[in-house]
Amino acid sequence: MLVDDFLTDSARRMPGKVALACDGTRLTYREIDELANKMANALIDAGVQRGDRVAVYLDNCVETVISIFGILKAGAVFLVINRTAKAEKLKFILNNCRAKGLIGDKNAAGILCALSAEVPFLNFVVLKDDWPAETTIDSKKCFSLTELLDSASSERPPRKCISIDIASIIYTSGSTGYPKGVTLTHLNMVTAATSITQYLENLPSDIILNVLPLSFDYGLYQVLMGFKVGGRVVLEKSFTYPYKVISLMLQERVTGFPGVPTIFSILLGLDDIKKICFKDLRYITNTGAALPVEHIRRIRELFPKARLYSMYGLTECKRVSYLPPEELDRRPASVGKGMPNEEVFLVDENGNRIATPNTVGELVVRGANVMAGYWENPEETAKCLKEGLYPWEKVLYTGDLFRMDEDGFLYFVGRKDDIIKSRGEKVSPREVENVLHALPGVLHAAVIGVPDEILGQAVKAFVVPKNGASLTEKDVIAHCRAHLEDFMVPKYVEFREHLDLTGSGKILKSNLK
Amino acid sequence: MEIEQEIKRFVTDNFMLGGNPRKLTDQDSFLENGFIDSTGVLELVGFIEETFEVSVADDELVPDNLDSISKIAAYVRRKKAIPKK
Repeated sequence: MLVDDFLTDSARRMPGKVALACDGTRLTYREIDELANKMANALIDAGVQRGDRVAVYLDNCVETVISIFGILKAGAVFLVINRTAKAEKLKFILNNCRAKGLIGDKNAAGILCALSAEVPFLNFVVLKDDWPAETTIDSKKCFSLTELLDSASSERPPRKCISIDIASIIYTSGSTGYPKGVTLTHLNMVTAATSITQYLENLPSDIILNVLPLSFDYGLYQVLMGFKVGGRVVLEKSFTYPYKVISLMLQERVTGFPGVPTIFSILLGLDDIKKICFKDLRYITNTGAALPVEHIRRIRELFPKARLYSMYGLTECKRVSYLPPEELDRRPASVGKGMPNEEVFLVDENGNRIATPNTVGELVVRGANVMAGYWENPEETAKCLKEGLYPWEKVLYTGDLFRMDEDGFLYFVGRKDDIIKSRGEKVSPREVENVLHALPGVLHAAVIGVPDEILGQAVKAFVVPKNGASLTEKDVIAHCRAHLEDFMVPKYVEFREHLDLTGSGKILKSNLK
Repeated sequence: MEIEQEIKRFVTDNFMLGGNPRKLTDQDSFLENGFIDSTGVLELVGFIEETFEVSVADDELVPDNLDSISKIAAYVRRKKAIPKK
């Protein structure tokens, strides 16, 4: 089975059913399937071959969904890049995976015009909006999405991939400061989607509201899983306007709502929400970061008919664990046990399996959902994919510390490294520090995470200005905004005269807060 | 300073426009163009409340009132019952 079969099979079984609702547009399975076929044929005509990488640099919209499935049906590999990623990140990703094409909007056109010759592997660009006048991008072919779809054939293109071929690369932040491309085969993604839809008990009657970015695997899979089970996905761009999302939830009779702690904090802070009855909502999920136990209690009070699933996972294997809602009363702080078709265990510093309960160790994941590796990055891959039960297999060392109680339920303890989780997404302190160091006037910079009620952790930057430099907090934040995705921009900036160093000359972070 | 100008100055000063040096028009949608996110909205509301001395209710936090310079200006005028020029 391939990921695009989720769409093709549902289109065969229930062609007339509305599969996707977004911004007033409603598309049936048949319509999406045909549009995806057209996209695939257009991409093939533009020279896309099996295994080629094609990037999608759009926010949550119908075109993003069509592009994902079009790229897959062409036998190629899709990447959804966060639309708030700035020029340097875009350039890094496109060059790192030698993407052949990019599908974007007028924002993308502007950035690509500026980058032009710096992305030599990019062969063509497809634009969702009208091309701005006088746009040229080096020697790259430029297409209008509407024209491409109008002229392409809607016949299903021939199947080219097998399940161990690559379906997607999802770039994720790492401690080194450069993102790593989590490379996922069709088998990885189908395995994960099958396990998750099994424990969530998804049915064709499910109507899933997704406000999470499709560049984030949690958001992406809402569409993949929704299509897999023949349900409906209601797609929103963000949770920026909570009341808009709530009226959509009621209007569309949403049955499933995936969120991160930030979203739940905002919901719990709204005045009139207690008066609303969400009678159709049957499940709510949380991952990305832990939900405070008090918030779990208040969410269950607010949505008494819905089952709340506390979960944990990482992009490298999609998801690891979930807590059956029946356990929430007894162990609200747990993220549960491993999902179906997967094994998890804890190891000590020497890599030995921990058999005694309540001993902290690193969580290791074994299963067909574990990624193939990081794209063309054997050193980083070797750090987390190690020999498993058999010499030919690889298991994933998560870098997260957990303990397991007597009944085998997992409790998150902390990260092995210093990755910050803000709004449920990974922020690499090193990546932010690199950007800070590029600001003239900055002598030293150190970035840490600090607890934040709404964000989980907030990004805090300590800056030592150069002699004579007159930097303000606003200058620093504006500079970061220009070079980082929005969730990576520091919330707090503190100026210091100096920062303590360790014996080896690195900045000592342990006494910063 | 005119309401629209005040808002425009705040938005251009505080929300970097995606590294893309396009000029911001009064009609440009913040959401469509990725200028604003959930924390940005809170800052924007803070600015509106302080600068124009209005109180923004939770259920007024909707794109119709906040998603562009002209929408914010219209919202502020409605709240203060200022006739549009």
